Parts: sequence; structure tokens; C-alpha cells
Amino acid sequence: MSLQVWIWIIVGLTFALYIGIAIWSKAGSTNEFYIAGKGVHPIANGMATAADWMSAASFISMAGIISFIGYDGSVYLMGWTGGYVLLALLLAPYLRKFGKFTVPDFIGDRYYSNVARTVAVFCALIVCFTYIAGQMRGVGIVFSRYLEVDINSGVFIGMGIVLFYAILGGMKGITYTQVAQYCVLIFAFMVPAIFISIQMTGNPIPQLGFGSESVDGVYLLDKLNGLHEELGFSEYTSGSKSTLDVFLITAALMIGTAGLPHVIVRFFTVKKVSDARKSAGWALLFIAILYTTAPAIAVFARTNLIETVSEKEYSDMPYWFKKWEDTGLLKFEDKNDDNIIQYLGDEQLNELTIDKDIMVLANPEIAQLPNWVIALLAAGAIAAALSTAAGLLLVISSSISHDLIKRMINPQISDKGELIAARVSAFFAVLLAGYFGINPPDFVAATVALAFGLAAASFFPAIVLGIFYKKMNKEGAIAGMLVGILSMLFYMTKFKFGWFGGGSSEDWWFGVSPEGFGTIAMVINLVVSITVSNFTPSPPEKIIKLVENIRLPSDEDV
Amino acid sequence: MKNNKADIYWKKNLKYLTILLSIWFTVSFGFGIILVDKLNEIQFFGFKLGFWFAQQGSIYTFVILIFVYIFLMNRLDKFYRSNK
Repeated sequence: MSLQVWIWIIVGLTFALYIGIAIWSKAGSTNEFYIAGKGVHPIANGMATAADWMSAASFISMAGIISFIGYDGSVYLMGWTGGYVLLALLLAPYLRKFGKFTVPDFIGDRYYSNVARTVAVFCALIVCFTYIAGQMRGVGIVFSRYLEVDINSGVFIGMGIVLFYAILGGMKGITYTQVAQYCVLIFAFMVPAIFISIQMTGNPIPQLGFGSESVDGVYLLDKLNGLHEELGFSEYTSGSKSTLDVFLITAALMIGTAGLPHVIVRFFTVKKVSDARKSAGWALLFIAILYTTAPAIAVFARTNLIETVSEKEYSDMPYWFKKWEDTGLLKFEDKNDDNIIQYLGDEQLNELTIDKDIMVLANPEIAQLPNWVIALLAAGAIAAALSTAAGLLLVISSSISHDLIKRMINPQISDKGELIAARVSAFFAVLLAGYFGINPPDFVAATVALAFGLAAASFFPAIVLGIFYKKMNKEGAIAGMLVGILSMLFYMTKFKFGWFGGGSSEDWWFGVSPEGFGTIAMVINLVVSITVSNFTPSPPEKIIKLVENIRLPSDEDV
Repeated sequence: MKNNKADIYWKKNLKYLTILLSIWFTVSFGFGIILVDKLNEIQFFGFKLGFWFAQQGSIYTFVILIFVYIFLMNRLDKFYRSNK
């Protein structure tokens, strides 16, 4: 069967599955729409969290990025997994014990203030929109590559599917679709990895494979380091970023992960506090399967690629090379007219430019795997993008219908009315996300990584201090969140978009990149919060009781 | 009496957090970033050890840490509930 037929069959089947689940799990109340009726099993919630969390970027781009920057790619691996430890130990159980619907709910109640609630809604919307636009674009790109439609039609198809199951099922529909999507994406990610690991090292476990000897008896990593040295790239297993910057970026990604509203809200959907802890553990386990495989794929793909193209005749290139040239993701420019591909670390002499996304998407073709594996990869990439987009949409719609309408504008609204409001806001959020997917503002790509900095700088200190520091009051929290998110916005717009006088990487304060600045902004937030709350009145007795209650185990009250 | 028990519960919880988060910090920021060059001098199967911690070891440790935390807290919950 041809590749195109395989792709239509496999992608079509997965879509039918998602829609079937949506119809089966239709939400009947706001409780079901926002938090799936608090009845999700911890393992199912772990899978849903993993799918929610792993976006098109994790699935398509991450292994590719690592394969180009080697050790420096560790910031993503540690940053995007280590955050779950913070989430499990510092946030999830307590927020579940608190037991409302959204993150602004917690901030607004804990800090007894609608101003704090508004600031939290504002931060949640900024974080989610920077993130979701990138997802819709990812859906479009994957569709256009695999289904041979143009990117815009791809975005429309993606919007249609998400719209259907998010609006119908709310959190309940999204959760069970995400469970299915996790299975699709992890299977799609692992199958090619296992095949290639066997091909290159004879070891079926990729995590061990990339530390084994390749078929010619040399350790794979030593061989890759050797190739890099020969071609003038920097050593694969060492980094070129400064230690300080690696440290700060990793910290910003970790703390940001723990502060992302669409991840936090997943822990509201389980039955008990102990289940919240368990689902954090399962979520990280499911994520770790992909995250420990990605660096292996990075090494396999990098070695394979260099061996296939370096110093080879252009006319001898295999079929996939031409195909990816057509998409513009691969470019060959014969600078010395010798018809041989020179792939070198030296910009002047290098003749081949490779887009990072190719490394995962073309990997099965480079390794000459069967067509159904490639089709599976397409379905997996789409699953990854759709599941994250849906999770974010839900946070946006509940921020509007619950935090703004129910809690502030019209508290008298009936449950039915609120449910309609939630569905209407989900509808408009999809349209807006689709618009950004079709007309991506230039800053989208640059800001997805920065969404973490924003989350770290705003939510994390307010939530953690709210639980672990009884004397933390509303003045401190509001001041901290505002100073945190504004300083992050200032630094990132200054150095990413050239506002406020702009500046290049030489002007970075103490050599800290905008990605790493999230950690600094988080520390600023902490210091401001604690200082301000020490000079302003303590929170009322009622709030201290609330905190004491949150700290107690499981389902018991003081 | 009841408050007393809640105090013990909270103190124990904080102790667990301190220990687990120290390990969390050591394997990632310690072994994977600050000490990476030193550890890279040690060969661990086909890996340099520092590189392995940064791209593999730290992640395995994170998973184990959460499951240890789940175990410890479930035990602590039981203690809190007993002879209430």
C-alpha cells in the first residue's frame, strides 16, 4: 500500500476514535465540564496529563533540537521533567485539597481578593495564548506535510476536531481523548526509535542503545563525537552555553512547568488528595518514556544523517532527500560546484541547511522503515498537537466563564447558564487560536518557550507561598505577581522584539538569556511578595484556617 | 491533642520535602550542570557520566523521587488517621 493511503487510514481511524470518545463522554454540568466530575482514575489522569503536557514541540522538535545542540539540549530534558517533582511535592496535593475549579479560584480565595483573582486570570490568559497559537500552527504543518493539503486547510481541520470534542465533552471529553492520544503518540514515537536502535546497535531499548557499541564496534557516542570533530562541529557531549545560563534556563523551565495552569488544573480532576500525588507520579513516568527516548533518537538521527549525506554525491541522494528539499526544510547549495555535499561546522563552507523538525519526521525514512511506521508518526504528531491545544482551550474558556463571569460579573448565573457560557467561550477561543495558527505573528515561535518564564514569574511563587507561608497576604501576592510578570515581559520584549531600546545577546544582564530570565523574575516575585506582606496587615483568621485545612491529609477537615 | 498531631504531620511532611528536593537538586543541577565537566571524565558504559545524568539519570531519579514521596505520604496519612 502506498504511504498516502496508509496515512489516510491511520489518521482517519484515530480521528474516529477521538470523536467517538467525545460523544460517549458528553458533559452535563459545569462540574463535569471543568474538572471531569472529579472522578478520573489516577493512571488515566497521568496519561491525560502526559498528553496534555507533551505538545507538538515535544513530539516533533525536541529530539531534533537536541540532535543539533547535543549536551545543551539537556535544559529541555531536565527542565520539562524536573518540574513534575515540584508539582507533586509542592502544589498538586494541596490544590486538590482546596478543591475548586481553576487556578485563579485558588489565588482569588486564598488572597481574599478579586484584584488578585483578576491578575491571575490575566496571567493565565497570557500564558495560554502564547502557547496555543504555536500548537495550532503545529497541527497545520503536520497536516500539510502528511495529508498533502495546504497549511491553512490543515489548521481548519484541526480546529474542527478540537472544537467538536472540547465543546461537547469539556474536561471530561478532553481527559478521555487525551488518554487515547497519549497511547497513539507514545506508540508512534517508540516504534521507529526501537527499529532504529536495533538497526544501529542491535539493542532494542533506545535508552541503552545510544550508550552501546554501534555495528562497527565503537561506542556510538564516541563515534558521533569523532564525526563532529572531523567536520568542525563542537563536541556533541559537551555544551557551548555558559553554565550559569544552562542553570537558569533549566530552573525556569522546571518552575514554569509547575506553574502552567493547564497542567495544574488536571490535578483537580481526581477523587482524593492521595490520587493527586499518584497521578503526578504516573504523569511523569509516562512523560519520561518519551523524554528518555528523545536524546537517543537525537544521537541515532544525527549519526545516520551525517553518514548518509557527508561527502556524498548530490545525485546519489535517496528519495526522501528530494522530498524534504521540496518542503524547504532541507536546503543544499553547492558552493564549490563539485556536486558533493559538504556538511561542515564552518558557516562559510557548509552547503547543507537542515531544519530541526526533519530529524524526527524524516527519521523513519532515513532509516528506511516501512510505510505504516511513517503513517503512525503522522498520527502521533497530530495527537500531540491536538491534545495540548484542547487542554489550553479549556483553561481559557473556564477562565472566562468561571473566573470572570461566575465569580465576578454575574455570581447569580445558573449552572446551565455557566455551562453555555463555557461552551461559547471555548468556541471563540478556538476561532482565535485558529486565526493565530493561520496568521502566526512573528513572535509566536519565539514566545512558546517564554510561556514558561511567564508562568514561573507569575503563578509559582503565589501558589507555593499561599500554601507554605501562612502570613502571606493579598498585598504581597498581588505586588509579587505583577512585578514578576511585568519584569519577565519587559526582559523578553526588550531582547526578543527589540522594544525598550532592544539589545543583542552581548547586552543580556550578566549573560542571562530571556529564557533563563524566568528564574530571576521568579526570585524577584518571591522577594517582593515576602517583603510587602511583612509590612502590610496579616491575612484574616478565616484564611489562616483555610491554609491549615489545605495542609492536612486527604479528605478530612480540621 | 488533635492540633498536636497536625503539627507532627506537617513537620514530617516538611522533612520529607527537604530530603527529596535536595536529591532532586543534586542529580539535576549538581551532577547534570555544575559538576558535569568533572563527571564527564568518568566513563559509564558508552556514556560520559555527566552527560548521562543530564540526559537520562536525572529523569529516572525524578520518577523514583515522586513514587517514594507517594509511599511516604500514604504512610504518614495512615499515621494521622490512626487513633484519632
